[in-house]
Amino acid sequence: MNEFANRRLYIIVFFVLTCVVILGRLFYIQVIDSDYKRIAAQNVMRYEIQYPARGLIYDRNGVLLVDNQTVYDIVVIPRELAAFDTAMLSQALDVPPEQIQATLTAIKSKAKKTAAYQPALLRRQVSPEAFALLQEKWFKFPGFYAQARSIRSYPRSVAGNLIGYIGEADSSSIAADPFYTQGSYIGKIGIESFYEKALRGKRGVSIYARDVYNRVTSSYANGRFDTTALPGDNLVCSIDVGLQEYGERLMQNKVGSIVAIEPATGEILTLVSTPNFDPALFIDAHRVAERSALSANPMKPLFNRAVMAQYPPGSIFKCLNALAALQEETVSEKTTHTCSGGYAFGRRFVGCHRHFSPVNLTQSLQVSCNAYYCHVFRSIIDKYSSPQDGFNVWRRHIESFGIGQRLGSDIPNELRGILPTAATYDRMHGAGRWKSLSIISLAIGQGELGVTPLHMANVAATIANRGFYYTPHIVKSARGKRPDTSFLAPHATTIDRRHFDPVVQGMYLAVHSEFGGTARIAKIPGVELCGKTGTAQNPHGEDHSVFICFAPKDKPLIAVAVYVENGGAGAKWAAPTASLIVEKYLKKTISRAWLEEYVAGGNLIQQNATQ
Amino acid sequence: MLRSRGYSILTKVDWGVILIWMALMGIGLLCIYASGFDEEHPRFFDVRNRSRLQAFWVGMACVIAIFVMVVESRFYSIFAGTLYFIALLLIVATLIFGSEVNGSKSWLSFGVVSLQPVEFVKVATALMLAKVVGTYTFRMQNLRELALALFVILVPFALTLLQHDTGSALVFAVFIIVLYRAGLKGLIVLSCLFLVFLFILSLLVEPPAVAIFIGLLCFALFMIFSKRYKVSLIAIAAIAAVTLTLHFGLRPLDADLPLFESLVIAHAAMLPVAAAYAWWHKLRYMFSIILLFVLSVGINYSVDYVFDNVLKEHQRRRINDLLGIESDLKGWGYNVHQSKVAIGSGGLTGKGFLEGTQTKGNFVPEQSTDFIFCAVGEEWGFVGATLVVGLYLFLLIRIVNIAERQKSAFAKLYGYGVAAILFFHTIVNIGMTIGIMPVVGIPLPFISYGGSSLWAFTILLFVLLKLDVGKYE
Repeated sequence: MNEFANRRLYIIVFFVLTCVVILGRLFYIQVIDSDYKRIAAQNVMRYEIQYPARGLIYDRNGVLLVDNQTVYDIVVIPRELAAFDTAMLSQALDVPPEQIQATLTAIKSKAKKTAAYQPALLRRQVSPEAFALLQEKWFKFPGFYAQARSIRSYPRSVAGNLIGYIGEADSSSIAADPFYTQGSYIGKIGIESFYEKALRGKRGVSIYARDVYNRVTSSYANGRFDTTALPGDNLVCSIDVGLQEYGERLMQNKVGSIVAIEPATGEILTLVSTPNFDPALFIDAHRVAERSALSANPMKPLFNRAVMAQYPPGSIFKCLNALAALQEETVSEKTTHTCSGGYAFGRRFVGCHRHFSPVNLTQSLQVSCNAYYCHVFRSIIDKYSSPQDGFNVWRRHIESFGIGQRLGSDIPNELRGILPTAATYDRMHGAGRWKSLSIISLAIGQGELGVTPLHMANVAATIANRGFYYTPHIVKSARGKRPDTSFLAPHATTIDRRHFDPVVQGMYLAVHSEFGGTARIAKIPGVELCGKTGTAQNPHGEDHSVFICFAPKDKPLIAVAVYVENGGAGAKWAAPTASLIVEKYLKKTISRAWLEEYVAGGNLIQQNATQ
Repeated sequence: MLRSRGYSILTKVDWGVILIWMALMGIGLLCIYASGFDEEHPRFFDVRNRSRLQAFWVGMACVIAIFVMVVESRFYSIFAGTLYFIALLLIVATLIFGSEVNGSKSWLSFGVVSLQPVEFVKVATALMLAKVVGTYTFRMQNLRELALALFVILVPFALTLLQHDTGSALVFAVFIIVLYRAGLKGLIVLSCLFLVFLFILSLLVEPPAVAIFIGLLCFALFMIFSKRYKVSLIAIAAIAAVTLTLHFGLRPLDADLPLFESLVIAHAAMLPVAAAYAWWHKLRYMFSIILLFVLSVGINYSVDYVFDNVLKEHQRRRINDLLGIESDLKGWGYNVHQSKVAIGSGGLTGKGFLEGTQTKGNFVPEQSTDFIFCAVGEEWGFVGATLVVGLYLFLLIRIVNIAERQKSAFAKLYGYGVAAILFFHTIVNIGMTIGIMPVVGIPLPFISYGGSSLWAFTILLFVLLKLDVGKYE
């Protein structure tokens, strides 16, 4: 082994060379490179999250509905606190000095347990003006930092429960998505919630170095490790803000909803749900009391009735039954029935109001004859060998209008509604132990049926289109692009186009006929409006007032559904409201000031409360 | 009798090594005190307690040192096998009963006391390797005997890997220095260095590029050895032609082969031609070059595979951080970044004892254990750091010299083992704090906080000192 003794030299040389490399590197970072001294002297980096500006929301004509404004959250890093002028800070922040002291004490005691380097929140949402005052004297407050936040502002206080609001993310959202941390904002309801991912943008981080006076002086490593915040996408929604505001004015002091759709596209022009709320309530950190009053309100202003409330459709449903029967050829345009104040068969009786008799199909819609539809409905069900088969055929036709299913709009929490199945009646009456007469309520839109105002407006749009509809939706484009191409595909119904003509004619006459037209009050001078009233029976109080319509008759531009809870007959509140909406949209001016005054002035909430 | 022997130990022992040992432990105590120091809260909370505990470990280390010196020196060579076996059992026990810290299962708890057995396994392996290789009949050329020596190293290496303690496992690779001193061919050692180089290159550069680099290297070797420049030029032209044909020729067939892949295929196609040429002209070295090419390319691709599929996420990140492939200041890069800031801000003469802002501010995680060198660098500056590195280098050279003056091959090789282990720990630990080595958690000998490592290094060192004293008996 001694023949390798010279290898000692190689090994030692290897040791020495490695140590020389180490020393060379040490010399470089300690003596030559001054970067590290600078970083250490400036006392490490500070990470500042760059919150992206949330996307703005515009109406269909480019009017700004939701804007952003900058406010400042004041945070404290307990470890860096030194003596400061409490009085000056209290004056600038508009907080009593005792409260500042108490908050600081609380933060400090908490910081001992956790990291003392963690920023803790002192005061939320300081306005830019107040912050500007403070910023000049910032160096006098070591350990205090301001974090710019972008919050919402609402140039037009409109459509609160449609647009929604933003609030601090709750613990389940934080757990589900790393984007959210304690205190970050998230869309809660409405468009803000549904389009959260598009609106929120992408967060960035800036790494800063600081000077001895605690002022951020430079960006660390020339921003090599910074990431920029990407602002959220701007949304253009299909709402016409003028029409929306008008609708909200008409519906004031009433509980209910207006949905207006452009039939050719499925774009929602107006979606009113009353009572409403001011979305600005949710952005001001200091209006907590008003917020809790809002959620405690028994009328549920946060609840978007247009998609989240389901009602019996009432007589408007007759249009669908007529169409189903025409398609099944159990009824023709010329089929007439007499009506002697109702429909009686065995022990059952469905009442009707006074109108001329006999009526054909078109006239039956014009006067809204209940007896006629009992015949119509039974003719469909009894056409087949068993009531189940007949019922299933009928159900398939109704379902093709979107009834009993979520339409798939971009409004969150859309309800499915109720459309019974044969199994429903098997359960109620026993399998095979029911027939057309057992379910006769369906003939006039009562019974086991539930539709939302959105469903109703969609039915109006489908009839206007003579047999197809586009999924109703609220957002036209996000960052210039259509967010969802599924909104571009038409949904066909099972009804042939030709069957719509008598139904449309009946709806036309309901508005325009001087003889028994149920919706004559909705007539607009110079507009061919087609409509159908409905009075949904309400066992708990006054009936609900319902109306669907579209106009103009041959080239429809707008389809409207109005539902006024406890409004009585359809012609009493819903029909005039819808008529005014159509006039406002098509004519831009209102020719019937008296009607407008009547509708806007109606106070059903107070009236029902005093009863 | 005992007294006279004790006296002989005191006179014959290498006091230089002992002084350095004490100096390093002293520096360790000061640095651990500094890194736990907090002016605002001068109370005994747990971090500051570390310096008191370390003082206790140092006291115990002195007792252990005396104990090691008192034992008969023949004991270490005779019982090397037994100690090695016990050490391996300890590792296996750790694997079964051990507790997990920072992702690696390397601690064995006995009630309040915890041990890191791997630190002691290094000592036992150094003894066992010296015994196996130092046997009179051992011949490095004999493959079976070399395999036995490698086996001694590989078993603890593999067991440590199983604990997910990659850093400690890598230490065993350094025993190649012992084998080199015992006569392992320089070419093999060079190959190993080449392997490490290839490994890092594979991680840095895409595989096809590395393959091309290796191909060029092989060509260069061929030209140097054969001096057949004409043939080389023809071969290069052929490769270029094949590459371009593959790359552009296949385009009409809708099979777009990237340039890199074409080049690699052309290289591969050259292999049988080269082999036939070598066989025809009876050029034996050429087979070695071809073998080098094939092996290197194979290794290159397997490194790529292992990196992507075998290594753990945290290991990948550490390697990526070191090689500058990715840098995440908030994640893994944080330790190294803060450590560099601390050391770099020290300047020429340092900020002074207990004046280091980074050290006191706890900006560097693991400061008292793996990143203790930050305290040296920040508070004592380049001068202090040079002093510490110099102490280590002086210690290493002194150990090599002690090893060389041993008569028995066992003691000599053990001495090299000691030098190798201390060298690896020192270089890798300091290297990682200044960002030129991967962040593998291994302690700085005698300075880092921790009982297990301090005692193990003390035993390692004093067994050599005892063997040195024993040679006079």
